[in-house]
Amino acid sequence: MIGTFKGGVHPPAKKELAKDKPIERMEIPDTVYVYMVNHAGAPAKVVVEKDQEVKTGQVIGEPGGFISAFVHSPVTGKVVDIKKMYHPITGRPVDTVIIQKTSDDEWEFLEGHGDYEKMDKEQILDLIKRAGIVGMGGAMFPTHVKLSPPPDKKVDTLIINGAECEPYLTIDYRTMMERTDELLTGIKIIKKVLSVDRVYIGVEDNKMGAIKKLREKMSSEGIEVVPLRTKYPQGSEKHLIYAITGRKVPRGGLPMDVGVVVQNVGTAVAIKEAVVDGKPLIERGLTVTGEAVKNPGNFIVRIGTPAKFVLDHVGLKENVERVLFGGPMMGIALRDINIPVMKGTSGITALPAKVTRSAEEMPCIRCSRCVMVCPMGLQPYLLVKLVQKKRHDDAAAIGLMDCIECGSCAFVCPSKIDHVRYIKLGKTVYKALRGAKR
Amino acid sequence: MIKLKVANAPHVGTRDNVRAIMIDVLIGLIPAVIVATIVFGVKALLLSILGAVIGELLDAFIVGVMSKDKRQLWNGSGAVTGLLLALNIGIGTPWWVLVIGIIFALAIAKHPFGGLGQNIFNPALAGRAFLLVSFPTYMTGKVYLRPDAFTSATPLTFLADHGHNINKLIEVWGSRGKLYWDLFIGNVGGTLGETSALALLIGFTYLVIRKRIKIMIPISYISTTFLFALIGWLIKPSLGDPLFHILSGGLMLGALFMATDMVTSPMTPKGQMIFGIGAGALTYIIRIFGSYPEGVSFSILIMNGLVPLIDLHAKPRIFGEVSE
Repeated sequence: MIGTFKGGVHPPAKKELAKDKPIERMEIPDTVYVYMVNHAGAPAKVVVEKDQEVKTGQVIGEPGGFISAFVHSPVTGKVVDIKKMYHPITGRPVDTVIIQKTSDDEWEFLEGHGDYEKMDKEQILDLIKRAGIVGMGGAMFPTHVKLSPPPDKKVDTLIINGAECEPYLTIDYRTMMERTDELLTGIKIIKKVLSVDRVYIGVEDNKMGAIKKLREKMSSEGIEVVPLRTKYPQGSEKHLIYAITGRKVPRGGLPMDVGVVVQNVGTAVAIKEAVVDGKPLIERGLTVTGEAVKNPGNFIVRIGTPAKFVLDHVGLKENVERVLFGGPMMGIALRDINIPVMKGTSGITALPAKVTRSAEEMPCIRCSRCVMVCPMGLQPYLLVKLVQKKRHDDAAAIGLMDCIECGSCAFVCPSKIDHVRYIKLGKTVYKALRGAKR
Repeated sequence: MIKLKVANAPHVGTRDNVRAIMIDVLIGLIPAVIVATIVFGVKALLLSILGAVIGELLDAFIVGVMSKDKRQLWNGSGAVTGLLLALNIGIGTPWWVLVIGIIFALAIAKHPFGGLGQNIFNPALAGRAFLLVSFPTYMTGKVYLRPDAFTSATPLTFLADHGHNINKLIEVWGSRGKLYWDLFIGNVGGTLGETSALALLIGFTYLVIRKRIKIMIPISYISTTFLFALIGWLIKPSLGDPLFHILSGGLMLGALFMATDMVTSPMTPKGQMIFGIGAGALTYIIRIFGSYPEGVSFSILIMNGLVPLIDLHAKPRIFGEVSE
């Protein structure tokens, strides 16, 4: 049986652009720009000063709250400036540490790393926390928080997310193919932290190579590799859990409410590197792809590397219209090509105008396609109307806050309505209004 | 420095657009136009073309002159309304009556509500209803029962005039098999587009393949009329069997092309089912108990009016919602 869910769309996958390109290590740029917002939650606090010498892996930012994360220097060099720089996700300037490379890597490894089998849960969680690991699928939620469910939530299942349903991106696929052993170690570490026996890896069935490879290595370890129907947004946490276990995360709830924790393939590898090798999260695998890229590929890139540096490496074509962090369905369009890579940047996609969605919005003709494809069972057309009419409470009553912003509605809309834009706006206003009422 | 475009996700999308949908609906109606031309002669073709052309021109005129929303220009919806109305009149209807109907459909039933996507009632059906009450003689007079039997009745009006006794109709036709075959291929009297179930099904299949149809509507509509006719037939066989009722009159045209109008039908599968059931039941009730021999147009118009109410209650289940 192949797991799936109701709704969803089939955007052109375009995986062939980069799927057969082995992961290469990209050279380190002379200057890196490290945001103190490299995770969901409170910004990190800068703990270095201008002109200070730093080593690769040295802490430069400490957590600014419970949901926050450590930030480390991705290079060995000198802090040349600390200033506010525009952040593409928050849309606001945030504290940024700018470091100039002065020599080859001199590592400062995490204290206490080594054989995870000899560690207890707390030691492992502490290493994960001190390594600054966050969800690398894109959400950037601090991993140590996600791996510490409150005692009243009984977690019995771990799901490793290898769906990679976002078109164009292939880094998870390459990681599963090339770093299978590291992935396996990472999974074993997470398994130990959560004390669960049941482990699944969900992979879309357009990656049969990865499914075969994983089965060879993992089946004997009691890890079940589950093929999933290739359909967007199969990699959404809630839909992945449903496709594999049949459990539905309740409205407004979290995976742990149904006893599940989901971790991305890249995050599992980062956990292995932190716990076993003592390496904090200062680099990540990402796919550089798109029709406007000359030589697409998969690379390991230091956090803080400007997008321009990465794109210069692969060559940008003249016809580029937009550059995205992430893939075309949920990616963020960069307004400035110098914006640096973050911990959640799973890809850089450069698209020419001929493949992008037209923005010429027409009136809704009530074709009902948005309702049919919404994987959350919402009525996107109606949410848009209610937000436009500023009826945020009514919108919330029919599921405004349940939207996962996957963009399936806008993808199928013949009238080119920007559902996600209105819904995001509606969520922001609704939250502000609710906050004001309290 | 490279100038980058900043836009919202998703950055890719369907190449489909409103105009392409309207053109597909026009293509889906071509088989019906062909059969109408074969059965009723070249005047049927001319009326169809006139309807489509006048519809689109008038739509563009209204948008161009009176509306600020110029995006609506030349999207093909006017042509669809015009052609559908042409297929809803008889061969004896003068061309200028058709034009008046189109003016009513677009200038009264569609644009005052806000134009494309905003109208409550199917414009073509509103136009037809307007013509039925304003020009009853032109709309119902001088039609063929069969092309070779020049009378003033369609099979359904004949039935209504003869106490709903289907046996009399079979008598006129010769045999039951011949009657049903003629109904299926369209060799009967009626409005231009409604006669041939076969042609309508071919066009409909095209729209289904192209994913242009709220599929739940025709399924529930036709099965409901079938079910009601079955009950009626079991009680009183002379009322006509279910097969006769789904093949005759405007049921196929209505269920496949009019009730499925995107703008004037519900947005959820559940709502579309309710809509189809309501229209299917009303159709049979009007045919048997009403003073009109045909109930399709009014059934759909009544259900059009109920769409906001249906949409309000037939909500989809939100993922993770606890059932009550």
